[in-house]
Amino acid sequence: MTDTTRRTEGLGQPLVVLKDVNKHFGDLHVLKDINLTVREGEVVVVIGPSGSGKSTLCRTINRLETFESGSITIKGVELPKEGKALAKLRADVGMVFQSFNLFHHKTILENVTMGPVKVRKMKPAEAKEHAMKLLTRVGVEHQANKYPAQLSGGQQQRVAIARSLAMNPTVMLFDEPTSALDPEMINEVLDVMTSLAHSGMTMIVVTHEMGFARKAADRVVFMSDGAIVEENTPEEFFTNPQSARAKDFLGKILTH
Amino acid sequence: MLELIERFDFFGAVGLTLWLTLWGAILAFVLGTIVAIMRLSPVKALQFAGTVYVTAFRNTPLTLIVIASNLVLWNQLGLQLAPRDSASYIVDTNIRLAILSLAVYHAAFVCEALRSGVNTIPVGQAEAARSLGLTFAQNLRHIILPQALRGAITPLGNVLIALTKNTTVVTAIGVAQVSHSMARMIEFRSDVIILIFGLVAITFVALTLPMGMLTSWLSQRLAVRR
Repeated sequence: MTDTTRRTEGLGQPLVVLKDVNKHFGDLHVLKDINLTVREGEVVVVIGPSGSGKSTLCRTINRLETFESGSITIKGVELPKEGKALAKLRADVGMVFQSFNLFHHKTILENVTMGPVKVRKMKPAEAKEHAMKLLTRVGVEHQANKYPAQLSGGQQQRVAIARSLAMNPTVMLFDEPTSALDPEMINEVLDVMTSLAHSGMTMIVVTHEMGFARKAADRVVFMSDGAIVEENTPEEFFTNPQSARAKDFLGKILTH
Repeated sequence: MLELIERFDFFGAVGLTLWLTLWGAILAFVLGTIVAIMRLSPVKALQFAGTVYVTAFRNTPLTLIVIASNLVLWNQLGLQLAPRDSASYIVDTNIRLAILSLAVYHAAFVCEALRSGVNTIPVGQAEAARSLGLTFAQNLRHIILPQALRGAITPLGNVLIALTKNTTVVTAIGVAQVSHSMARMIEFRSDVIILIFGLVAITFVALTLPMGMLTSWLSQRLAVRR
């Protein structure tokens, strides 16, 4: 049938496993007993209303946010608490932010070669060659020697994706990657993400882009008030949501 | 005026002021950066030590530090900064104590200027660096400090100008820089006192004005565009 089914059959071993994860911001219970397993090659899209904890969930997976109880394992390895071990693990987990967060004092090329050279100890010439290939892949190779502020938001976000890819990550996290973009630039970023999904990259994507969820996701996870309320294939979720909260949410966003 | 300058070796005094400023500034910058790293580090004990340093030296009068360096560090504790058998032992020792005092005092201000520079950096910069797998030290060296430095050029320039003028304080331990030479001129030629004050004032303006202009220019040129 669709590309989605073919991909689902080919899924591998569990890669990212969250078990009973809980987190509070003061009195606010932002993550409630989160259980989630993401398999190798799987694309999981997390959606839900603002303040439902989806961004926090995403940031918890590479420990940009701490959590109080439960466990997160990546490739069977428990997330280290601090220090070099955590840095080593983060190198294998790509992260794309809502506000791009390119290094403002470095050129586009330097942004992409920074990780491979400093963390992977790759030779600068080799890193540069690899970086240019990735920049070509995301379509910003002509901007290589410019600074981030000289690029449009869409271009900056594509560079941020290339910067993550340069580390050859085993999984990539996307924290609302298109939410800070002007409408006409959203598609150029989604196109790159879709092709990445089809290339077999394991992805966890927090987004409001329902079109992307339908097109590229293997599974949709719906969060509300800090809990996972429902998960299903995109087709099932969008045509036949089970919970009242999911129905309410979809009713609000799909009416226009 | 030329007679004044020659008789009291005014150029020699200006040279010494510049010498004190140069080494004071270099050492204050290095020490201030170290203290700033301590205050930014995730280690509580280092943070505390850094805070204590800044609180202690920022709030102590420079005159006190200068005199204490001579009377306590040298006389009481026997710190040796110059070879004992040298003919200029006392002069050299006092110059080095003066540089040390200036450095230690202004390092507290350098630290705070750098920290104000760190506040100009969005949180996302450090988060992106961490998520690439950079360690704390790499993050500081490649991402945080370069951007903090660029954001701190103007306050650092203020510290440099203050340091230049504060070299006058080391007259207290007899270091023969500009204010020391001024005191001697006043003693022997109080008939031209206005000229003496004018000469010293213009000298300091001539030293510090370019520093201000340079830092304004640099802060614009090196500003990080966001």
